[in-house]
Amino acid sequence: MTDAKRPAPSAGDARPAPAQMAGIPKGLWHKCPKCRAMLYQKELERNLRVCGSCQYHFPLSTAERIAMLADEGAFAEIDANLLPVNPLGFPDYADKLARGRAKAGQNEAFVYGDAEIAGAPVVLGVANFGFMGGSMGSVVGEKVARALERGAELGRPVVLVCASGGARMQEGMVSLMQMAKTAAACERLKAAGQLYITILTDPTTGGVWASFASLGEIIIAEPAALIGLTGPRVLEQNLKVKLPPGTHTAEFQLAHGMVDLVVHRRELRGTVTRLLTMLAPARAAAAPAVE
Amino acid sequence: MISTSRWLPFEKPLQDIDEQIRRLEEYTTTHGIDRSEKIRELREEHDALCVQIFSNLSAWDKTLLARHPNRPYTLDYIRMIFDDFVELHGDRRFGDDPAMVAGIASLQGQTVVVIGQQKGRDVKERTYRNFGSAKPEGYRKAERMMDIAERHGVPLVSFIDTPAAEGRLDAEERGISEAIASSMAHLSRLRAPVFAIVTGEGGSGGAIAIGVADHVAMLEHAIYSIMPPEGCAAILDTFGRDGSRGYQAAEALKLTAQMNLELGLVDEVVPEPFGGAHRDPLETAHRITACLRQRLPELQAIPVDALVGRRYAKFRAMGQFTAEMS
Repeated sequence: MTDAKRPAPSAGDARPAPAQMAGIPKGLWHKCPKCRAMLYQKELERNLRVCGSCQYHFPLSTAERIAMLADEGAFAEIDANLLPVNPLGFPDYADKLARGRAKAGQNEAFVYGDAEIAGAPVVLGVANFGFMGGSMGSVVGEKVARALERGAELGRPVVLVCASGGARMQEGMVSLMQMAKTAAACERLKAAGQLYITILTDPTTGGVWASFASLGEIIIAEPAALIGLTGPRVLEQNLKVKLPPGTHTAEFQLAHGMVDLVVHRRELRGTVTRLLTMLAPARAAAAPAVE
Repeated sequence: MISTSRWLPFEKPLQDIDEQIRRLEEYTTTHGIDRSEKIRELREEHDALCVQIFSNLSAWDKTLLARHPNRPYTLDYIRMIFDDFVELHGDRRFGDDPAMVAGIASLQGQTVVVIGQQKGRDVKERTYRNFGSAKPEGYRKAERMMDIAERHGVPLVSFIDTPAAEGRLDAEERGISEAIASSMAHLSRLRAPVFAIVTGEGGSGGAIAIGVADHVAMLEHAIYSIMPPEGCAAILDTFGRDGSRGYQAAEALKLTAQMNLELGLVDEVVPEPFGGAHRDPLETAHRITACLRQRLPELQAIPVDALVGRRYAKFRAMGQFTAEMS
């Protein structure tokens, strides 16, 4: 819906450019887009893809994110076969989908399934910004709703890792309705007494932030993630104003009471585990008696 | 209430005839010469032209009509439709948002709770109403009204007319996204009948925030869109860079009432008088009243548990995709 493209970096902008790796043997060294430190691949991986010198959080692939949060081998994807169609016959959409598929190596911008986190069964969903900016069309909306409904039905907490430019323009109003659909499903999960955690990663904006992402019972954000309805670049362009530095970040949202925690990636799994553990008694009471 | 000086380009021929009629009528009065025959001819010409123009509007024409400066706004409809209205103010958290009006109204003896975005007519009022873009406190005021409707067992009636929710920094600081999401979530489980009508611009999240209804109607020339077509064209590289890209984006977004009905995203299109709602606001209000008088009893006849389930199922079913056979 807004900021569908990642904000372009400008001079003096603290927001990093995509990693520039020209002239460097591919895969061995990475340059931190924020502080320009050279990072050794193995070291970066050990650090969960966080820059050791400035703590910049690199984007993670879906597989990396799942590996980081879920117990090893404990993730089973569901509904991987759901594919987008072109409900409006929107020009270019088929090409953009094909490019998204090639770039992200998955069918759509969101993956979910059954998982365990420190032994606790959960429904885990992960958005992929690399697939058309993580935008929410019918398939993403449907999968998010199914993930939330699965949590309600099976009596399991739902953990959703968000990253999105917003609702997907190419599905028009059909995309916008996914906001209502997912918001309604969040209510179902809460009514079932199940824990709902959203993890906001860089960037979480537009119609995703304005629907299921901001309805998390507990909202965790990664440091410096861009979070907002309308990103600062679009605001500055449209309103011809200059915003103070640091708006629309995880820390900004924390200061204004819109997220619960800003958590460094190395503490993310631990934080989620502590919450799952401490709120387990309530879950057990709310879970359906049938097995 | 309505200025006669602001018209869209495609309305110009109609305005010219209107002006001729006015002059002939004046002539009749001042000179005592009967020109009623000519006036009748002109009226017929006017009506025929009106039918011709308004039967062939493009999505872009409709976008302009939906934003027409003379179009009736929410408070105009409230005054014309309801026989009593007590406006209520404030979200009890931060302030009162003039871009969102709310209150208790009576529709021929049926009490309803009303919410809706409000645009301004002149420069001063437009600024005061923030061009119909509500802030968090507006949506939180709307949520208060939802609670009142539920508590008192009366229907909620929502008038949608907004370019978008306010996204500026102050709105962001107070949680505009949370306010939109919370409003949708609240409506999705509200234990009261919910009726919504898009009367002008149904602009993105700011519109759907108060649009999760059992019955969603649209006025014939209203639009309901994920984004303003100009904004869509500016963001995507799909429509080139020339002056027609807003027109192209409007077509591609399928934002008209007719297309939204076809896509199954709204339930009904309420026809406007020929020439659009602004040419005959009272008739438009009568038609909305008739729609309410038909739909509200239908919704009230459904037991509230079933109603909430039905509303969930309706929005749950929206979306188009395929499942690949594995």
